[in-house]
Order: sequence, then structure tokens, then C-alpha cells
Amino acid sequence: MPVQPLLALRGVSKRFAAVQALVDVELEIRAGEVVALMGDNAAGKSTLVKVISGVGPADKGVIEWQGSAVQIRRPQDAQVLGIATVYQDLAMCGNLDVVGNLFLGREIHRFGVLDEVEMERRTRQLLHTLSIRVPDVRVPLAALSSGQRQVVAITRSFVGEPRLLLLDEPTTALGIEQTSQLLDLIEELRDRGLGVLLISHNMGDIKAVADRVAVLRLGRNNGVFDVNTTSQEQIISSITGAADNTTTPRPSRPEEAWP
Amino acid sequence: MAVRGRRARARAADAAPEAGRRREGHRWYTERLRANAGAVRRRVHEGRLGPVPALLALAVTWSVFQGLNDNFLTPRNLSVLSVDIVGTGIIAVGIVFVLLIGEIDLAVGSLAGLAGALFAALYVNLGIPEWLAAIVAVASGAAAGAVHGFSFAKIGVPAFVVTLAGLLSWNGLMLYLLGTESTIHFNQDGLVAALTSRYFSAAVTTYGLAALGTAAYLLVSYHDRRRRSTAGMPCRPVGEIWARTALLAVVAFAAVHVLGRFEGLPLALVLFLGVIVASDFFLRRTPYGRQVLALGGGVEAARRTGVDVVRVRISVFMVSGTLAAVGGLFVASRVTSASQVPGSGMLLISAIAAAIIGGTSLFGGRGSTWSALLGVLIIQSIASGMALLGVQPPVQFMITGGVLFTAVVFDSLARRAAESGWRA
Repeated sequence: MPVQPLLALRGVSKRFAAVQALVDVELEIRAGEVVALMGDNAAGKSTLVKVISGVGPADKGVIEWQGSAVQIRRPQDAQVLGIATVYQDLAMCGNLDVVGNLFLGREIHRFGVLDEVEMERRTRQLLHTLSIRVPDVRVPLAALSSGQRQVVAITRSFVGEPRLLLLDEPTTALGIEQTSQLLDLIEELRDRGLGVLLISHNMGDIKAVADRVAVLRLGRNNGVFDVNTTSQEQIISSITGAADNTTTPRPSRPEEAWP
Repeated sequence: MAVRGRRARARAADAAPEAGRRREGHRWYTERLRANAGAVRRRVHEGRLGPVPALLALAVTWSVFQGLNDNFLTPRNLSVLSVDIVGTGIIAVGIVFVLLIGEIDLAVGSLAGLAGALFAALYVNLGIPEWLAAIVAVASGAAAGAVHGFSFAKIGVPAFVVTLAGLLSWNGLMLYLLGTESTIHFNQDGLVAALTSRYFSAAVTTYGLAALGTAAYLLVSYHDRRRRSTAGMPCRPVGEIWARTALLAVVAFAAVHVLGRFEGLPLALVLFLGVIVASDFFLRRTPYGRQVLALGGGVEAARRTGVDVVRVRISVFMVSGTLAAVGGLFVASRVTSASQVPGSGMLLISAIAAAIIGGTSLFGGRGSTWSALLGVLIIQSIASGMALLGVQPPVQFMITGGVLFTAVVFDSLARRAAESGWRA
């Protein structure tokens, strides 16, 4: 392989008390590529996102960023690498305004004083570039509709020019037009050389923008497919477990079997 | 004081470009008025009223008592009131911090009492220099707050229970320090006594302070406006800045004038306002304050953006403990003695009630330290007015309780309104 993948997970495992949420998961995302992550409920998709974003670090395994092993122990670590995340539950503060939410955790300040003017200027600029309309960037987020909040959450991931975007079910609260806008945006980002990991249940969205589909089943890899050459049925049967095409090179150990 | 609410309301109407504003002045004003009315309606609907209900309550309280007794709004009574509010008010500022992260601190009354007792015991009984005794007393508040914060944030004991245990323990320690005499009197000419007995009486100083405050407000507003307009963003019209400054000037100069007709501008009041302005600045204008507010808006959301939740929580309880101790010194200063009174529970109840009545939400994330001033003014005005009318404490308690209840009902309704907005 000539180019190192942007992000590579090698043998990542995570356990919550009695539940083994991720077992030896492998995943590669290259720059300029949209990888879809699919799987049934409780397959470990959101857990994997939290591993990469530093919110819930892995117990075991290696994360490689452009070929070299990195530690992602805190959300800041992921931020420094250039990984931005849109969470399924949005993870925003209803009492803060749009500007406050966009820059939460990466506030711009001069001599320790928040630079509200600069943050608002950049917010307006960003909303303008993404052609997103929000009634007022200074109203508390709680006053916006759920679609608008989703849009703000997506906008937030663009603050700080990310190199890898993790999108956990980003289209759930969006209308048809907004969804197609988001998909256009994802394609544009890919063309600009960003890596995108898109979690979705919507096969249509995935067929439209993804290059490859990685399937998780019960916390394990259950196949990586090329979207253009694989039939929808094949992917679905891999999700539901009708076909067990384990591509993980390691044999699964019996003591780690799902209870 | 109502800076926050009015600014946000006006902002919705600021979209009109400046050129058009001059060309069709009249139509612009009607439109602006309509936009304002719409914004107000929306804010009422969403439960974002800011300090308006508290200001109304204060106006009603003052009108009623002045109507019942001519002596209420006299320079003498207002001067006494303006010093009486300070101890409780500073404690309430600390409570605002804790309420903003959606928690409660029940130990502040005991910590205030402990600080007074510790100061008096060190200074009077052990002969330690007064300034050192005062610093140790304040540090004890910070340390106790750190213990509460650590147990809550790191070990995971609910804040309610931790601070309830604190309420008992620190009260016990205070009683132990006070010993059998149960009251320690200290020097009436000392530093701590001066906190509430010193007045600025020279007109140059008092009016100078009022002018300085007004000028500072004007400068900050103007600077902000200039930066915004240079960046090409909607900004507040110049006329509005002048109107606000004029309003502030009227309040400041009227207060200085009235207080000057009795003893002068109390040092305690100036310090209290200083604490409020500084804490408001920290909460609204620094990254730390943003983290505190974020925690009140959603702990998980804050954690995922990299806020060190444990550290912020501990620090907030330390702020609350420190301000409780400072407030305790003011309370002790008022009577130049440390006694069991501050630990009795009324101080705690008044401080929490003041923060909530002033408009800080019990549910976290919404509020300002200015609410401590408004709330404590309302509570002390009721107490003072009742005392003037010769009403007995039982009735006073019932009325203050009723006001608190009303405030909490308002707060809950506002929260429901905000949440229904969230669900829509």
C-alpha cells in the first residue's frame, strides 16, 4: 500500500463491566474516503466512535494516525489530531447559544478573556460557507428546533478544520432537503481530502456517499465491503448475522465468546 | 443590572442596516418596535425573562412598604439596608455558582459561622494578627469547599448529602471554637469591623465612584460596538448604548445621593458590588466561566468537549465555600462579634432563597451573580419593612417563604417552557 491510512484501528477491544462491547476490531479510514459503519443495535458502533473521539478510550489495541501509533485518552487528544465528532445525541448545551456551543472546549480568548466578537464572526462565516441558516446565533440552543440543533452540531465539527470526521447518525433529525445537503457536503469533504466515518442505518444514504462499508456485529468485525460491487442484500445479511464473513485475521478466542 | 436580558432582546431587532435606518426613520422604528415585541413574546414563551420578574418584585415590595410606612424609603433605612444585605449577598453569590452547575450547597451558613468563629478565636483568644486571622478564616472556607467538592465530584456522593454533613460538622466545629461563652467580641476599630462600619462620605469620592462605574460601562459598551462594527456584524445602536448608560447613571447617582444623606456610601456595599462585577465577569467572559455554564447545560456534553468535569466541580464548591467565609466575616463585622447566630440556619435559607428569588435557576445553567443582589435586596427589604411595621417574625417567615415559593414556581415553569422548546 503506497499511502498510510489516515486512521487505523488494530485489535481494539473495550469492556463495560460484564459486557464485551468491542472485540479485536480492525478499521482503516484513508484520506479522501468515506467509510460507512453499519451494524445492528448494540453492535458497538457508538462505542467505537467514543474510542476514536477519546470520550471512552479503548482497553486494548492500537490506534494509528497516518501510520504511527497514537494515544487518544481524552477528547482533547482527538481534537489535536484533527478528529471531529458529531454524536448521535448531539452532546450540546441547551443553555449556551450557538456561538458558545460551536466553540465549547476550544474557546478563542485574548489574555484569558473570551473573544466573543471573533467567535461570533467565525460562526457567521462558517454558517455562511456551509450555507446553513440559523435564526439567531445568540439564542440559547434550547430555543432552536431539533433539525436546527442537528445542523449546529454538524457545523461544530467544522470548527478547527478537522482531517477526520466522525458522524454518528447525523441525518436522524434532518428533513429530506437538509439530508441531501449534508450528503453533498460529505462528498465535498471527501474531494477535499478529508476522511469521513459515517454511521447510519439508511442504506440509501450509504449507497449515495460511502466508498466502503464496514460491518460490526456483536462488537466484532463482520466484513468490509466495496459499496459499488456489493449487493445491498449481502450487506444486510452481514449486519443481521445471516452471513458470517469474518475478515479479522485473528481467530476469535473461545473464552471471549459472546455470552 | 439588567444588562443581559435587555441586550438579547434588542439584538433581534438589530438586523436593519444603518443606511436604511436613516432614510426611512419612521417606518424603521415601527418595524423595530414590532420586532422587539415579537422578541419579548418569544422570550416569555421560552421562559427566558432574565432579571425582569425580580426587578418587578423589588419595585412592588418597595412601593407597598413605602405606602404602608413613610420611613421605609428614607436615607437612613436604605443605608442600613444596603449594609445589611452584604453578608448574605456575598454568600448568595457563591450559591449562584453552585446552582449554575445544577447542584446545591447546604453548608454555606455553617461555613459563614465557622469563619466568624475561627477569626474571633484566632484573633481575640490566641492574639494572632487580625489580617492573618481573617485570611485563615477565608482559607478555611476554601478548604471546606474543596472537601465537599472532592467528595461530590471524585467519590460521587450526592452534593446534597455531602453539604448536609458539612452543615452539621462545621456547625459543630463553630460551637466548639466559641466555647462556653458562645459569643466572642472583637475590636470595634479593627480591620474586620471596618468592613461594615466604614463609609465614604466625601462627595468627591462617592460621586466619583458612581461616575467611574458609569464611564467604565460606557467605554466597554462602546469598545464592543466598535469591534463588532469593524467585523461587519450587527451591533447595538449608539442611541441604545447612551440610553443604557443614562439609566445606569440615574441609578448610580440616585443611590449615592440618597446614601450620602445619611452616613455616606458604605464600604461594604462597594465591596459587594465589586464581588458581583468580578464574578459576573468570570462567569460570562472567561473560559472557566464558560465551563461552569456548560456543566449546568449538560454534564455529558461538557465532558465530550473536553471539560475536566471533576476539576470544575471541585472549584465551584471551593468558590462557594470561600465566598461563604467572606460573607461570614461581613456578618460578624456587623455585630463586631462571632456568635452562634449565623450557623442557626436562617442565613443559609436566606442566601439560597436570595439566589433563586433573584432569578438563578435551581436546575442549573441559567442565572447570573446579579441575581444575588436583586434577591437579597428583596428578602432584606421584606425583613426591614416588616420590622418597621412591627410585624412579628412568624409572619415575616411566611411571607418570605411565599416569595421563595413563587420564585421556584416561576423557575419551574420557565424550565418547562425551555424544555418544550427543546423537544419541538
